[in-house]
This record gives sequence, C-alpha cells and structure tokens, in this order.
Amino acid sequence: MTSQMARQVTPQGSPMAPVPYRVTRSRAETADTVTLTLEPVAAAIPEPAPGQFTMMYAFGVGEVPISVSRTGPVLEQTVRAVGAVTRAVCGTRPGQVLGLRGPFGTGWELDSARGRDLVIAAGGIGLAPLRPVVLRALADRDAFGRIAVLIGVRTPDDLLFTGELDEWRARGAQVEVTADRPAPGWTGHVGLITSLAGAADVDPARAVAFVCGPEVMMRVTAEAFIGLGTPAADVRLSLERNMRCGLGWCGHCQLGPLLICRDGPVVPYERAVPLMTVREL
Amino acid sequence: MEHTSGVTADALAEARFFVGMPDASLAALATTAEDVDVPAGHRFFDEGGSAQRFWLLRSGRVALDLQVPGRGAVVVETLPASAVLGWSWLFSPHRWRFGAVALEPVKAVQFDGPGVRELCAADPRLGHDLTLRFAAVMLDRLEATRVRMLDLYAHPEDVR
Repeated sequence: MTSQMARQVTPQGSPMAPVPYRVTRSRAETADTVTLTLEPVAAAIPEPAPGQFTMMYAFGVGEVPISVSRTGPVLEQTVRAVGAVTRAVCGTRPGQVLGLRGPFGTGWELDSARGRDLVIAAGGIGLAPLRPVVLRALADRDAFGRIAVLIGVRTPDDLLFTGELDEWRARGAQVEVTADRPAPGWTGHVGLITSLAGAADVDPARAVAFVCGPEVMMRVTAEAFIGLGTPAADVRLSLERNMRCGLGWCGHCQLGPLLICRDGPVVPYERAVPLMTVREL
Repeated sequence: MEHTSGVTADALAEARFFVGMPDASLAALATTAEDVDVPAGHRFFDEGGSAQRFWLLRSGRVALDLQVPGRGAVVVETLPASAVLGWSWLFSPHRWRFGAVALEPVKAVQFDGPGVRELCAADPRLGHDLTLRFAAVMLDRLEATRVRMLDLYAHPEDVR
C-alpha cells in the first residue's frame, strides 16, 4: 500500500468503507442547494484540506463526490440536488446519518499563496469548494495581501452563503456578485463574471487566482485574469469528472493523463487548459 | 452632470484602455476629453438617441438597459470602474442601441465623439489604433454574451 493510500484508509480500515456521520444541521442555500453540517458518529475521517472532496453515501441510494464547504472543527458540505443520490443527500434531516469516505484529491494549497493577493472566482455552486479558502484566508488575514472574491450566479436567488458575504467584507475581503439574469430590484452587477475581473482590487501581477465553476466559465475567467497580468502559473482551477472510487482505482474520472479524484480536483491552469479544450475528453 | 476639469495625456495613459498608446495620440485625444462627475440615477443616454460621446469610467457603475414592453428598463449588463461606456459614436448612424444609467455616483472621462472622429480621419494611425482598442472591448463583451447564452449555471434538468 502506498503512503498516499495509507492516508486515505478510514477508521474502519478500508478506504472503500463509508464512515458514519450524523447531520446536525441542514441549511437551505437556494431552492435546490443545501449545506449540511456533519459530525462523526464515532471515529472521524481526516480533516479535509480546502478544495478536497468526500464521497458522500446516502445509504441504500448511492454515493456521490461532494466538495467540502467548511473544514476544521466544523465540517460542512454543500450539495445541489441534481440526481437521485444528491436529492437523497439534500433531503437528509438533522439526526440522520450519511456515510463519508475521504477526503480525496488535491487542495487549493492556500499556504503557497501567503504574502500574495488572492482572487477567488466562483461560478454557481463553485463557491462551495472555494468557501474554505475564503474562511481560512480571512482567519489569517495578515498573511495575505488584498483579497477579492468574485461570484457569478444565474439569478440573485442562486447565490450561496448569503448570510456570510457581509461578514467576509467586514473582515477585509472585496466581495462582488454578478448575475446573468437579474431579478427586479437587483442592484448588483449584471453580466458574466469576467466583467468583474478588471474591478478586482488586487495587483494582478502578484495575485494568485483560484477559480471554480463550469468549465467554460473557468476557462474564460482564467484567461481574463491572465490577460490582466496574473501569471498563468498562478491560476488554479477545480475540475469535475465522474468520481467514483476516489482513489484512482476505477478510472471513471480520467481526463487524459489525469485521474481527477487523485490528481485533481484542483489542477494548475497550465495543466488543465490543454485538456479542457479537447473535445469529448 | 458636473464638468470638473480638462484631462491630460498622462492621466489617460494611466487607464488600462490606453496602455501602450503613443504619447502624441494620447495628447490629441486629451484635447477632446474632460473629467465629469455624475450622480446616481443620471442617464448617460437613451436607446435611439444621438451617439456623440463616450466615457472611460474611473469609479462607480453604469447599467446598460433596454426598454421592454411590460417590463420597463431591463438591465442587460453593468459596467464597472475602468470600463469603456459607449461605442455607437464610432459607427454610423451614430445612434445608441441601448440606454445607460449611473447606478451610483460615477467619475468618468468624457470624450467628444465628433472631435475624436475628426482626429481619426486626420490621423489614420490613431484611427486604426483606437478602432482596434474598441474592437477588443467589443470582442470581450461578445464573448461574455455568448457564454451567458450557454446558461452554464442552469440546473441540469433545465438544459436537457
């Protein structure tokens, strides 16, 4: 067994065995998205790093990869109901038990950005895996330069973590939200997230960019930052494929030479973009 | 709208839109420009109106809108600080295709469209340079519009 695999072995001994976690809180973020607060029933999985994911098991229904949206003493995961398993997970009530495996994959490696400006760009549900980066950076605010959080949503009703954004601002982050389809009364930005790139109050040349969302959104957003002067080597994306085992065994999440569950989900832009433009890869 | 002062070539050179433009061209453009302050709610132009100006936004936000029967002025895009507002002044028939309103107090550099067109006619190198810069802005906004049309954040069941 490799050292990497050894780290992924659960308290039950097998990396494929789900660890029971009890839902202690379920908070509706939007009409189809829920944030679950989880605590271990007995033994815990290792603490996820920002950017990592777990495999969440709705007993008797199935298992899905879900990003960690808060890590540390409190574990939270944010789930959008898009299929049978995610609907079951979203429907889990406080007191009920889910299974977790992991954490899996690469993280954002926030520590490597210490001393730099941060641009955190999220599209839709992509804010969930970036939230731990925001929270960790704000908890260690002096370790970073300016912090800009740019968020793109379909409509204002699709915005996640609405109760926290003002707190992020108060703690020293610039937070800008743009909607593709504004509702009546919306006073925020309207347009694609790339329109916010130039409004980010950072020095692009000394910024590190973390981008998560639909692939096309990530590509054009990364290109916008690079066009403003952010080195391509300092842009990181979070990719999504059909993760199943989480261990690089089954190959379902293969993207060219990468197994996203193991080599991702966080991948440097320069490594990801040639793969993202290959049709049907 | 409050007209605060004339504009120098050095001030224009600080704007991202003008990065790399020769000093002589900036000096020429500066003769057509002035700083303006506008309050929130100020309407820069209405759809169908005569397009004779453009603006380089220094601070504040501007909404581009379109009057839709039954829905009023629908905002199609907002422009943040550092954006360029207005390109219909460059193309015949010089009529605005959308409306534009300040969402908050705006500081901007306002350019006189006919004056800039005269400069471009007299100096084709400046005209070519400026046209390419506006084309780049239009390209970015066209790409953004096309990506928005993909409705990337839609629920998967809504796009099948």
